[in-house]
Amino acid sequence: MQTTDVNARHSAASDDGMNVGRLALSAVLFVILLASLWWGFDVLRTSQRDNSMPKILTGVFAIVWGVGGAAAIFFTANFVVEQLPLTVRRLLTPFVFVGPAVLLLGWFLFLPTLRTLYLSFLNKDSTEFVGLTNYVAAFTERTMLTAFQNNLLWMIFGTAGCVIFGLLIAVLADRSGFESVAKALIFLPMAISFVGAGVIWRFIYYFSPPGQPQIGLLNAVVSGFGGQPQAWTSLVQPWNNFFLIAILVWMQTGFAMVIFSAAIKGIPEDILEAARVDGAKEFTIFFQIMLPAIQGTLVTVTTTILILTLKIFDVVIVMTGGQYGTNVIAVEFYRQLFSSNDNGRGSAIAIVLLIAVIPVMVYNLRQLNKQEVF
Amino acid sequence: MAALTTPSRTTRRASAKRQQVIGKIIINVVLALICIAWTIPTLGLLISSFRLRDDISSSGWWAVFPHQEFKTVDTFQLAKEIDLRQPIVFPAELGGRSYSVDEIASGVKLPDGRQATWENRRGRLLALQAGTWTVNTNFTTENYANVLSGQKFVVKNADGTDRAIQGDDLWGALINSLTVAIPATVIPILIAAFAAYGFAWMRFPGRFLLFTLVVALLVVPLQVALIPILRDYVSLKLNGTYLAVWLAHTGFGLPLATYLLYNYISQLPRDILESAFIDGASHFTIFTQLILPLSMPALASFAIFQFLWVWNDYLVALVFIGAQPNVQVLTMRLADMVGSRGQDWHLLTAGAFITMLIPLTVFFSLQRYFVRGLLAGSVKG
Repeated sequence: MQTTDVNARHSAASDDGMNVGRLALSAVLFVILLASLWWGFDVLRTSQRDNSMPKILTGVFAIVWGVGGAAAIFFTANFVVEQLPLTVRRLLTPFVFVGPAVLLLGWFLFLPTLRTLYLSFLNKDSTEFVGLTNYVAAFTERTMLTAFQNNLLWMIFGTAGCVIFGLLIAVLADRSGFESVAKALIFLPMAISFVGAGVIWRFIYYFSPPGQPQIGLLNAVVSGFGGQPQAWTSLVQPWNNFFLIAILVWMQTGFAMVIFSAAIKGIPEDILEAARVDGAKEFTIFFQIMLPAIQGTLVTVTTTILILTLKIFDVVIVMTGGQYGTNVIAVEFYRQLFSSNDNGRGSAIAIVLLIAVIPVMVYNLRQLNKQEVF
Repeated sequence: MAALTTPSRTTRRASAKRQQVIGKIIINVVLALICIAWTIPTLGLLISSFRLRDDISSSGWWAVFPHQEFKTVDTFQLAKEIDLRQPIVFPAELGGRSYSVDEIASGVKLPDGRQATWENRRGRLLALQAGTWTVNTNFTTENYANVLSGQKFVVKNADGTDRAIQGDDLWGALINSLTVAIPATVIPILIAAFAAYGFAWMRFPGRFLLFTLVVALLVVPLQVALIPILRDYVSLKLNGTYLAVWLAHTGFGLPLATYLLYNYISQLPRDILESAFIDGASHFTIFTQLILPLSMPALASFAIFQFLWVWNDYLVALVFIGAQPNVQVLTMRLADMVGSRGQDWHLLTAGAFITMLIPLTVFFSLQRYFVRGLLAGSVKG
């Protein structure tokens, strides 16, 4: 509060010219900021390495340093710019606001995309140009073909499962007597990590040899009905993929449901009422009126979950590590990178993932162009 | 005429009413069943995490609910000369029917309601069991104490011997997770809010091009970025530090954050800003004093979103923290436990629930904001 007031008063006063003393002061301030940030970083790194501070203290220090540092950079950069002459200030202020975001986007997403593309044409340790070899391998190797096949299963059945269950539950909840409770329960798994969900479902699929007590729910049910217990995620191929997909459906149906539910509530009640008065059956109303009305939402939700299933990683690595014929593209990417140390192959696989989402990217950009704000 | 039609109309209306009631019941029952099915996995984990080690490995978690358990009440000696390869005929007092050896092994029901199984197959000794209703309610918080501690602790084996086990130090990992997640939530929001304001209310060269970049990067899979950034981190000696993970999460979260906040901030009424400009306020003052407070709902929704995303993330942590045990977050430690303690369900369930505790709290206390954030994020276009 105090600082900004001073800033505002000062910026008004310096409209006619710049104050060299204040400019020098702000420059000094900036240097002090950088120095103290570096000092904090050094303290943190040392304490991480040799546990010189109690854990909680390190944590609190890190949080204060990180959050405070980010805020201080903005404040100081703005302070420096406000000391400059009006014309320069006009030019630079937008970049104080947008600059950090653009720099980070450039460093963490834009440039890496180009660099990965470049690496994908190089060999294992990026010393030699190999042309399209990595891509040929990515599309012909047996492990990759299995991965593509499985990813297709994930994208079709995972997405369909989430969308269908989400829609069904949204419609049911809309007419039930306990809508908010039901929605919270279905939605709850979204707050859980894939690793945590992996543990939950490993426990459900847990297999003990026949004759021993079955402590996994699925095998207990199966043997309760007189069937043979199975090792669901490993030996029941190729169906084990579907047991993994069930986990995704369990987790992401909540997402689909919430958004469908909002869309359904947006349909004007009198249209539905008019159809009912005309004697339309509920099924007809659903397919003829509701579905067309929420078409746009349906497309968005489907695309979002499709992209998620395309990049599916955590579930598979925790449940099976990609073994037993459950490999997927993102797991294969990780394996190439960290088990085989093959940067070329890994990069090629990442680029394949990128190519797969380009249609969505193009669609988003088209939508942006339609907006009239720019 | 009118007198004649009235009753039929009332009956028709009554039957329509009855159909509506039946429909309502069906909807509620089906939904309730789905909700139960959706909750059972988490419930099973929660119950198991409080059960004793031996209980978990000898019975399913549903044993905490009332169920029939067969206890041996009597034994019965079959004649020595019975051939076990042939179907075994029980004497009249046990019902007089015949069963195979394997059938008896899995338990056969006698006419009097008791169950017969082998006490000692080679000795031809049958155990006669009667069902009693029981609940298994030996609960403990020991599992949680064990996984949270980083110290060695001693457990008693079934045969009475002691065994020392290294704790999983989830307490340390919990602190690391918080240290990673809080700045990795606040920093991207701060940066994105500044950028969103800049894109919405300032005119500068390259504005459209840069915003197009933001939108284009919305769907780029982060796998594309991992290798080059890992190389940068290695050459900057950043790998395994908190800063490395914060920056990575900030970079990967920025496109969505900027896009969402832009949508919100650009919709704020123009005249508020204009009157502030006339009063001589600078962009920075307007942003910190006016825009940030006004955008609180949008900031909160995205904050919850990003916090859960970072807290639950495994891949980014795995790549940029890697083998640095002092910095490992909860998801990594839990995944390690799955590898090293795959059969120790008493520890795994407790560990999994610890990782879920904070996101579930955040979720239940701020559900409204979370849902609003989801809606803003996906109902675009």
